[in-house]
Amino acid sequence: MAFVDRLGEILSEGGQGGIILTSIDALADWSRGKSLWAMPMGTACCAMELIAASFAKFDFDRHGSFPRPDPRHTDVMVVAGTITRKMAPAVKRLYEQMPEPKWVIAMGNCAVSGGIFFYDSYSVIRGVDEFLPVDVYIAGCPPRPESLQDAVLRLRELISTESIAPGVKHERTLSLPRSGDVSFGVRPGSAEEGDAE
Amino acid sequence: MTLEVESRKETLAEDGLPVEELVVNVGPSHPSTHGVCRVIVHLDGEIVTRAEPVIGYLHRGIEKMCENRTYLQVVPLTDRLDYVGSMYANWAYCRAVERLAGIRVPERAEYLRVIVCEMQRIASHMMSLGSAAADTGAATMFIYAFDERETIVELFEDLCGARLTYNYVRPGGVSFDIPEGWTDRLLEFCRTHRVALREMDKLWFGNVIARGRMKGIGVLAADDAVAWGASGPVARGSGVNWDLRKHDPYSVYPRFDFDIPTGSAGDVYDRARVRLYECYESCRIIEQAVAQMPGGPIKAEGLQRLIAPRPGDAYDHIESARGSLGVYIVSEGGPRPHRVKFRSPAFCNLALLPLIAEGHMLSDLVVCLGSLDPVFGEVDR
Repeated sequence: MAFVDRLGEILSEGGQGGIILTSIDALADWSRGKSLWAMPMGTACCAMELIAASFAKFDFDRHGSFPRPDPRHTDVMVVAGTITRKMAPAVKRLYEQMPEPKWVIAMGNCAVSGGIFFYDSYSVIRGVDEFLPVDVYIAGCPPRPESLQDAVLRLRELISTESIAPGVKHERTLSLPRSGDVSFGVRPGSAEEGDAE
Repeated sequence: MTLEVESRKETLAEDGLPVEELVVNVGPSHPSTHGVCRVIVHLDGEIVTRAEPVIGYLHRGIEKMCENRTYLQVVPLTDRLDYVGSMYANWAYCRAVERLAGIRVPERAEYLRVIVCEMQRIASHMMSLGSAAADTGAATMFIYAFDERETIVELFEDLCGARLTYNYVRPGGVSFDIPEGWTDRLLEFCRTHRVALREMDKLWFGNVIARGRMKGIGVLAADDAVAWGASGPVARGSGVNWDLRKHDPYSVYPRFDFDIPTGSAGDVYDRARVRLYECYESCRIIEQAVAQMPGGPIKAEGLQRLIAPRPGDAYDHIESARGSLGVYIVSEGGPRPHRVKFRSPAFCNLALLPLIAEGHMLSDLVVCLGSLDPVFGEVDR
């Protein structure tokens, strides 16, 4: 495993890692949340709304979410549409090809629970969470493109509490230091700060 | 170890460079926007020797599910068949039910059905042309085309509240009458759409790269098109003049003046061209239908919610954006259909893929697939 991948683990091992990690986490979460490249796993009707979300009127790209057909380029898999028993192994395999960290958005009722096919279809998987860890669910048959954009913003909130140390979560959103903060640029109590006062 | 040495000897014993057939698996998660289809491609270098589509990745058992629903409850399921053109499956199913139960549809409802289906044809062709353009590398065209589609989707949303799965055409009529000012916006769209079509014509069909990618690719002879049961723009691109709106007229189509565009070469270019010209014709039909539309009810009067036709069967077909879409219903007298079968044009057209992709490069395979315009909700059902 590469050093970068183990960075969080190494820093948190020292016991004093918390202080260093919060700053790195804030930076990592900010950058991860702002460029969620999407793997559009559009199988059925919802794929149309997934395409509509990327195009002129809704403009998905302004949220930093850019659809890429290659799973190795992507951070978030948008499962849009019905997943059948025949399709499920392919979806799982594509998910496994995505690099960590990765997230899943279940778009539409079919991906959430099977939707209209819940009761009496013999071939539909009742929700993509049967085999993938879903982070954000969007209801609707199909959901509007705005819902998908909302889901990306929700996912960004979720990401902002994650730490790069494995299994660690922060209680609240970490914010990056701003130029107005006391801790930004100059150390409190230093000569320069004294002069300013 | 011995096996490896033996096989190496075999390749060395051949004269010239050893050539092996390479089998490549394309899909089921397709990088372009044609749905979940897997194609097993046999390659000789970069030339496709055999392309074998594997379907069933979106088989949801809709035909079987129809047997558990009442006649009215089936309508939302038909939306999910051809999700690029939901109105067609709605209408084809409702026509079959109306034929089975002997329901008379008011004239205004027939006009509304024609209007929404011609709008749907434009929307579907915009999706088809856009994704076909993206296959040839012209992503700009996709955005132009989707912009047009978005306008229609907004009009549909004002009409029935849904952007994609409309559930608009019901047995005996339609669900809602048109809102105020809607026809004006529709006519305005027809006017601006013609301008946009001319723009797209220049942008994509006039582009030398796009022409090079499409002309002479995926040639389908007229005999083959007829023999394989192709319909819609796929058949018409090969010069088969077959359109149910003209040749088996249904609803109020005989009252409109419109032409059936046909191609001659039968290649990808002609198929795309037919779709483009059909959008002009759809605009013409919409304008005539809006002008002729009478007042009156939009639903058949005295129709019970629980339709229970007498035992028997009925088949009806309409011309969808992909070809002749047929629905066959068998009734045993109860409130639920005994059997529902959809004759989907996308399924029949997809069967032509091995025929038209053979002998072309691997990169042309996607162009060929896009020109058939399959929607896998309808292929797999």
